[in-house]
Amino acid sequence: MAMLKEGTKAPDFSLPSTPDQKVSLSEFRGKNVVLVFYPADWSPVCGDQLALYNEVLPMIKKHNAEVIGLSVDGIWCHLEFTKERKYRFPILSDFEPKGATAKLYGAYRDHEGTSERALYVIDKDGIIRWSYLSPVGVNPGADGILDALEKINK
Amino acid sequence: MSSSHLKIAVSKEDHFQGPDNAPLVLVEYGDYQCPHCGHAYPIVKRLQKALGDQLKFVFRNFPLSEIHQDALNAAKVAEAAASQGKFWEMHDMLFEKQLHLDVESLGNYAEKLGLDVEALNEAVGKASVENRVETDFEGGVRSGVNGTPTFFVNGVRYDGDWEYAPFLSALKEVLGKV
Repeated sequence: MAMLKEGTKAPDFSLPSTPDQKVSLSEFRGKNVVLVFYPADWSPVCGDQLALYNEVLPMIKKHNAEVIGLSVDGIWCHLEFTKERKYRFPILSDFEPKGATAKLYGAYRDHEGTSERALYVIDKDGIIRWSYLSPVGVNPGADGILDALEKINK
Repeated sequence: MSSSHLKIAVSKEDHFQGPDNAPLVLVEYGDYQCPHCGHAYPIVKRLQKALGDQLKFVFRNFPLSEIHQDALNAAKVAEAAASQGKFWEMHDMLFEKQLHLDVESLGNYAEKLGLDVEALNEAVGKASVENRVETDFEGGVRSGVNGTPTFFVNGVRYDGDWEYAPFLSALKEVLGKV
């Protein structure tokens, strides 16, 4: 499955962030958005990756950007995960139909039934400006995200 | 990302051990409260011993303050100790006592090291100390530090095994190419 190309419009989606609340990509128009697809809550590498973004959030926000995490885990799992790790950005549940948004973004792993570890940086007009597909076991860090945001704001 | 290089060159501003012009330069981005960094601490000591004058070791701050509540303060205390010429003494103390990094314990360590505690506390509150830690952290992020500890060997991120034996042979291999 191929990732979406830079310069294309980011497909909109609307997914639950809490049991009674949904978040749509289109709500973020006017802001840059970092989409973080990751395979699963609680697996150690994910925790490290999201923990890093939690720490780096002030640097990301300086670029008029917000972080959105996405995995196929259910919303109750996300809630507990977010609470325990104190994440300060929304984590959306791409649960029903499973992985639909990951599939839209070419970031779904059919064999495992999870999303890839993939990053997208989307500009304030909703255009994809950068993407990165990481090996599943590797924490991709935040340098690519910040380089991309810096380029957008130049 | 895949070929992560140190974006902030090692300079006089850095805390380092070993000769300034050593052929091998090992930079660690670390967090005093991180258990993995605590595990790496004696390994680095052994590497320094084994490589002697061939190794320059630099420590930079990468406190994961959202998950380690005392990490940022500990980093500031070490930087503040530097202004009294005891950065490495405090660095070592913090890793040796990393399970106890609360404010009271930090004060005790400072006393043990013979530091002027009042001056130290004053320095900890200074913007320059906070900026120093922040600058280290931001430089680390831009260089592809994705967790702690992250090591760079002669400017290139080392993604290999950092247990003593494999790390030593990796360093020797780089040394052979210098």
